[in-house]
Amino acid sequence: MNLVLISLITLGVIGSVAAVILFVVAKKFHVFENPRIDEVEQVLPAANCGGCGFPGCRNFAEACVKADEFGDLFCPVGGNETMKNVAELLGKVAVTQVPKVAVVRCNGTCEHRPRYNEYDGVKHCFIAHNLYSGETNCSWGCLGFGDCELSCEFDAIKVNPITRIPEVDEDKCTACGACVRACPKLLIELRKKGPKGRRVYVSCRNEDKGHITRKACEVGCIGCAKCQKVCPHDAITITNSLAFIDDEKCKLCRECVIVCPTDAIIDVNFPAPKKKKEEAEAVG
Amino acid sequence: MKTFRIGGVHPAENKFSAGKKIQQAEIPKMVAIPLAHYIGNPSEAIVKKGDMVKVGQMIGQANGFVSANVHASVSGKINKIDVQLDASGYKRPAVFIDVEGDDWIETIDKSNVIKRECNLSKEEIIKKIKDAGIVGLGGATFPAHVKLSLPPGKKAEVLIINAVECEPYLTCDHQLMLEHGEEILVGVSILMKALEVEKAIIGIENNKPDAISHLKKLATTFKGITIEPLKVQYPQGGEKQLIDAVVRRQVPSGRIPVEVGAVVFNVGTTFAVYEAVQKNKPMFERVMTVTGKDAPNPSNYRVRLGTYLAHVVEQAGGVPEGTGKIIGGGPMMGRSLMNLNIPMAKGSAGILYMRDEETIRKPVQNCIRCSKCVSVCPMGLEPYLLMAQSERNMWPEMEVDRVMDCIECGSCSYTCPSNRPLLDYIRYGKATVGGIIRNRNAK
Amino acid sequence: MEKLIISPAPHIHSGDSVSKNMTGVIIALIPALLASLYFFGLGALIVTVTSIVACMLFEYLIQKYIIRGEKTILDGSAALTGLLLAFNLPSNLPVWIVLIGALVAIGVAKMSFGGLGNNPFNPALVGRVFLLISFPVQMTTWPVVEPFSMSYLDAATGATVLSLLNEGSAAIPSAKDMFLGNMPGSLGEVSAVALLIGLVYMLIRKIITWHIPVSILLTVAVFAGILYLVDPATYISPLVHLLTGGLMLGAIFMATDYVTSPMNPKGMWIYGVGIGILTVVIRTWGAYPEGVSFAILIMNGFTPLINFYVKPKRFGEKAK
Repeated sequence: MNLVLISLITLGVIGSVAAVILFVVAKKFHVFENPRIDEVEQVLPAANCGGCGFPGCRNFAEACVKADEFGDLFCPVGGNETMKNVAELLGKVAVTQVPKVAVVRCNGTCEHRPRYNEYDGVKHCFIAHNLYSGETNCSWGCLGFGDCELSCEFDAIKVNPITRIPEVDEDKCTACGACVRACPKLLIELRKKGPKGRRVYVSCRNEDKGHITRKACEVGCIGCAKCQKVCPHDAITITNSLAFIDDEKCKLCRECVIVCPTDAIIDVNFPAPKKKKEEAEAVG
Repeated sequence: MKTFRIGGVHPAENKFSAGKKIQQAEIPKMVAIPLAHYIGNPSEAIVKKGDMVKVGQMIGQANGFVSANVHASVSGKINKIDVQLDASGYKRPAVFIDVEGDDWIETIDKSNVIKRECNLSKEEIIKKIKDAGIVGLGGATFPAHVKLSLPPGKKAEVLIINAVECEPYLTCDHQLMLEHGEEILVGVSILMKALEVEKAIIGIENNKPDAISHLKKLATTFKGITIEPLKVQYPQGGEKQLIDAVVRRQVPSGRIPVEVGAVVFNVGTTFAVYEAVQKNKPMFERVMTVTGKDAPNPSNYRVRLGTYLAHVVEQAGGVPEGTGKIIGGGPMMGRSLMNLNIPMAKGSAGILYMRDEETIRKPVQNCIRCSKCVSVCPMGLEPYLLMAQSERNMWPEMEVDRVMDCIECGSCSYTCPSNRPLLDYIRYGKATVGGIIRNRNAK
Repeated sequence: MEKLIISPAPHIHSGDSVSKNMTGVIIALIPALLASLYFFGLGALIVTVTSIVACMLFEYLIQKYIIRGEKTILDGSAALTGLLLAFNLPSNLPVWIVLIGALVAIGVAKMSFGGLGNNPFNPALVGRVFLLISFPVQMTTWPVVEPFSMSYLDAATGATVLSLLNEGSAAIPSAKDMFLGNMPGSLGEVSAVALLIGLVYMLIRKIITWHIPVSILLTVAVFAGILYLVDPATYISPLVHLLTGGLMLGAIFMATDYVTSPMNPKGMWIYGVGIGILTVVIRTWGAYPEGVSFAILIMNGFTPLINFYVKPKRFGEKAK
């Protein structure tokens, strides 16, 4: 009887002391958090990819709650729909952004761009880039070791083992920008997805003079400026022997694709091959 | 016998071209003289297409603080100024000259008479060295005049000449000492004058006993120059390692050698200084070694700057059968070359053929934490840790663990029993951390 | 010359490899193995062979069916673990207990952490300690020395010097017997001279550095020496400490295991001194007569901490 009593008292005392301590600590160190942060976080994709510029979804939710208006705050993964939900939750105005997708601006496949050396170091782009310009004669093009593939959280970009150039899966790509940051050659760009996924872009980053580029790669941009002349919308600029198509101005007329002598300009998801009128005429 | 006190490895020496007389390489039909240097800004071309130039005429002006003048190594007509793939693995600007004759500018003294007296003042010497475009020939090609202009308030006590040639295979410095010992010693005394020091020590590894005895004999006629034989150990040619070996002082992290009162010059640079100051000859040629286990004729050549390596290789008997890799420089720190259509630059100390089987890397295994990398690191770093941090992008931690002290000597990768690419990752981490530090300092 | 190879410097390698180091340690253990075969005969042979074969087999099976990783079975590390485990067992141990020990050493202590290089504790020691706790009777009855004996499980047994001393009786063999190994004990630990030959071999081949063995032996000698000077009647003499039990084997082969020991000389000293002190403490005041394996395992646990806080002497750093 005595033993039971002592045990009860001891446990009781320990229990109450612990309770008091817990209570005091909980009061003293309580951090007020806006409950709406949790709500917003629920709506977000929870990919924690960092595409929005914040380390994780929770930080982004916090920023959304704090901000007066969204401005630059945008979740590229969730897209417009998610941002609409967030805006509804917080009673703010949703911003819409045109959906974007990552494009690889190099088409220097093994076929187009012969390999002259064999790299025998660590198979990472950043290490190879630190050492030299690449296995081919082009110092700007893709190294093909797949740092972009490693960086992708969504399994959307993969190096094709035959061409050794990464390919983007449009359905999976969320335009979070991880691959853009991972590529040491700065080849990947986020571009407007375009209506029905149609877009036109220069698939080259080579800023060498035309004759050097030509020697290195069959499909490199040689900066001939034919596309610039033919473009009716002033969307093309040439800097350092390299053409660039501004996706804000481009109306997808594809005149440039036709004139490009090296096929450096690529059009994707267009129905009929409009490419190379003369060729088409010659054939049929 | 002295050597440096932390770490070090002993790769097989393989100095096949030792004792081979320096031959003058034929002048090619065309040269491409690189305007870019290993470090610092590229020089600015001051000639244009169609200009006629003479040997020794300045064609590139130093551009910025860490940069050096570039001179024509041949006489002829400027073909073009364009980019050229060089030993760095990137295309960089170069001046292409079509060779016509071998017409030197008049001021160069072409005689072989050794001129020992030098009555120039300190400033005049430094100016002459600067005009001649002399850079360190040890590998980093740091401009010599920058090194000679000490930071204000600093005073050098001793001049150390790096004649250790610790890289396996290479023998160009060794041969230069045997054939031009007296000129080198004159060069040393000129540098002593420019630095206002009383004492100069030439550090030579004791695998070159003939050079040691030759220079020791000559040094008796020069004031203040001593020869210090050193125990063979790689990387003794590292600036900080050599100072530690010769005068037993360790340069603190992130500081320059003059903080412990020492200035280091390569022995090849010393010879170039002699030629520039006493003979008015700018730096447009250097000695390089062509070697390898299968090399038909391992030899030392005096080559004009901008000569394509293929031209030199041809004279030395061509590339041997079974060569898998060609290295510009030594096997520990040299760069593998993409092809032989690369022009010779001021820093090119050698061409080295490696067989496939001795150069292809073996499969990487787990780190077994044998700590051999730690024990061989001459800077007292922990390569295994730095590699792990670099793999995980832990830049602040890498900075704390002193990645910037790494001299990239390669001892860790050389030693690792698991064949781990330690230096590859450390070099990448060092580049990234260096960028972060520069950004921070710029703010 | 089709395509030139490009890779970052250095372009040459010393030719050192994991298997060369592991084989080196195995060669260094051969004198001790021969000594054990001489002293314990057939039993030593059966236990050693069983242990090595079992360790290699378990590693192979785990890599083939569970981890499906790289095959490292031939790099010698499993064989070395097996050999070291056997050295820590009495020579009359039944085969099935040896098998359990090998399974624990390879399966639990090594492969479950990801194989060679990732294990925090010395696998052979984990195996031994597991057996010591699970089968205390079998693990502490040692056969008496009988040169080239043909008996195995039926061997006559006796107690080790340390356990005798722990119980209070003090029948110490002569220093010469202890040095040569003419006393009961685990099969590989008895002959100090054979183990020292192995140490010299490893130092010449530069497989290990001197820091760990020297720091352990020195600490034990000094600490035990102080105790002995205080009261020779209660405490054992330092010579007995050094020459009996698993101290030599532990200091030379177990504590110097690459994976579980610190990475720089300063750290090695801390580690060695820790093992030395713990060994003497356990031997003198603990319930177990032998403490080397526990001491090493405890210090293994501290190794990551030592590596984190103790840095090698950097170039250009002033001595504090």
